[in-house]
Amino acid sequence: MNALPARPVLVDTSAGRAIAAAPPSAPAIAETKILPLKTPRGRRSTQLMSIGSEIASATIPPLLVLAVLLLVWQLATSGPDAALPSPTKIWTESNDLIVSPFFVNGSQDIGLGWRVITSLERVFYGFGLAAAVGVVIGAVIGQSVWAMRGLDPIFQVLRTVPPLAWLPISLAAFRDSGPSAVFVIFITAVWPVIINTAVGIRNIPQDYRNVADVLRLNPLEYFWRIMIPAAAPYIFTGLRIGIGLSWLAIVAAEMLTGGVGIGFFIWDAWNSSRLSDIVVALIYIGVVGFVLDRLVALAGRIATHGTSA
Amino acid sequence: MIAPANKPFLQLQSISKTFRRGGAETEVLHDISLDIANGEFISIIGHSGCGKSTLLNLIAGLTTVTTGAVLLEQHEVNEPGPERAVVFQNHSLLPWLTVYDNVRIAVDKVFAKTKSRAERHAWTLHNLDLVQMGHAKDKRPSEISGGMKQRVGIARALAMEPKVLLMDEPFGALDALTRAHLQDSVMQIHGRLGNTAIMITHDVDEAVLLSDRIVMMTNGPSARIGEVLDVKLPRPRNRLELVSDPHYIHAREAVLKFLYERHRYVEAA
Ligand SMILES: Nc1ncnc2c1ncn2[C@@H]1O[C@H](COP(=O)(O)OP(=O)(O)OP(=O)(O)O)[C@@H](O)[C@H]1O
Ligand SMILES: [Mg+2]
Repeated sequence: MNALPARPVLVDTSAGRAIAAAPPSAPAIAETKILPLKTPRGRRSTQLMSIGSEIASATIPPLLVLAVLLLVWQLATSGPDAALPSPTKIWTESNDLIVSPFFVNGSQDIGLGWRVITSLERVFYGFGLAAAVGVVIGAVIGQSVWAMRGLDPIFQVLRTVPPLAWLPISLAAFRDSGPSAVFVIFITAVWPVIINTAVGIRNIPQDYRNVADVLRLNPLEYFWRIMIPAAAPYIFTGLRIGIGLSWLAIVAAEMLTGGVGIGFFIWDAWNSSRLSDIVVALIYIGVVGFVLDRLVALAGRIATHGTSA
Repeated sequence: MIAPANKPFLQLQSISKTFRRGGAETEVLHDISLDIANGEFISIIGHSGCGKSTLLNLIAGLTTVTTGAVLLEQHEVNEPGPERAVVFQNHSLLPWLTVYDNVRIAVDKVFAKTKSRAERHAWTLHNLDLVQMGHAKDKRPSEISGGMKQRVGIARALAMEPKVLLMDEPFGALDALTRAHLQDSVMQIHGRLGNTAIMITHDVDEAVLLSDRIVMMTNGPSARIGEVLDVKLPRPRNRLELVSDPHYIHAREAVLKFLYERHRYVEAA
């Protein structure tokens, strides 16, 4: 299975927590195997039942907790002079945003789905660039003890610079908000990719290098056939942290650069005191961030299938 | 028989190897000389840590000699290459490739120019069949047993059609039954293909059964070749018949005496 939790190279605590989260357990599947053989139809129906109970056991607890939280929230904010909107108030005030993500009523009056897509597009470019550049730079650095020693402290410092601190420099360099936002994502996400890739490359067992040497693989073959697959678990740890940071960075950057992204929407809603809209946008952001994290994790699981043997 | 005028196939010429770490120097191998004929099967035996793997790595070109030279057909060996294929001590299969692809990567590399795609495919399968691993070609290394991995490692090395097959304790981590089975396979394959083979082992019976000559190394540091024993048993050899063969018993005794009387393993303090 995926050995991500064992990798000692996490550089972001929030992503680390997400990575350590256990996958949904599979006892329900195991149970079907020890059931005595019945007629095919009987077996299928018990199988269906066990799949159903598995889904139920995965969804009922979070739904229950959610209901309790909503209730507490409702009770806490139902007073006449509550500072924050209650769930029912949000439902009535921001109904269009919740119900239809993809409406278009004007250039700034569009559904949150469109805004998320705009933001995702920037993340796509920024993070894609960070992934490609990070893996290549990380691979180069991981090859050389001296590059590692010289550059690692610098990277460790740079990676702690908050995304928004890069924005003024970025705006000055690009003189345009679009590329600036992409650059901020790139510069935020690239460090964990570089660092993790480099560590992964350093940890390639001498055995694999010996195999490559005996076969006389050229540098390009070595990169594709040995380095990348051997370091893949580390690389994907870096990518996963990177995508999380990207999503953090885009929302913050868009607040300042404007446009139609989800980040600017929150800023705009704040300026016109639409607190209910902000709450809805927060939920969108959380869900999308979660999905992004899971997508990279899934890609990692597929790509590193069998690597940890 | 090799005429005296002919140069030996593989020559180790007064090799010594010194490792430097920080200020400290340790001479692991001292003045090793050996001539090996084409097609010979050589075993290297000696106590743990005496420098057997180091010697094999020198022949493979994975490490460089401090003084002396390794000559293969009169050419100095100074880098690794597929004509000196290695079966590593711990199989060293690439875990992200299937059994087939682990062999195919070697085949593709070595026969890129001389074999067509279809021929490379067939050659890969042929070598897997040689070690009876054709049935598991689509499995990953994590899905097969230790003995199977070792067989794939052997298939990968054989598939390179090496001039010299180097094996570092190829059966070290296996149970007795699997071990005997693989020894027989290696013996058969060597008999059929006639490659030159150098095998490191800790197992006296294995050495006698497989080898034409057994190279016995003294304890390190500064290990030397203590003795070379000719095993003049006819081939093909059968392990059951050999048990009572006087030549076999004599050879076995000679190696045991060397290892346990004259060069007893001294625990490092
Ligand atoms: N890269 C290295 N740097 C320093 N010393 C080394 C290095 N490689 C091996 N040695 C030393 O050389 C000596 C011989 O090692 P080697 O691995 O060749 O022994 P071996 O005979 O193969 O042992 P075993 O039977 O346990 O595999 C050991 O004392 C080891 O510590
Ligand atoms: Mg060894």
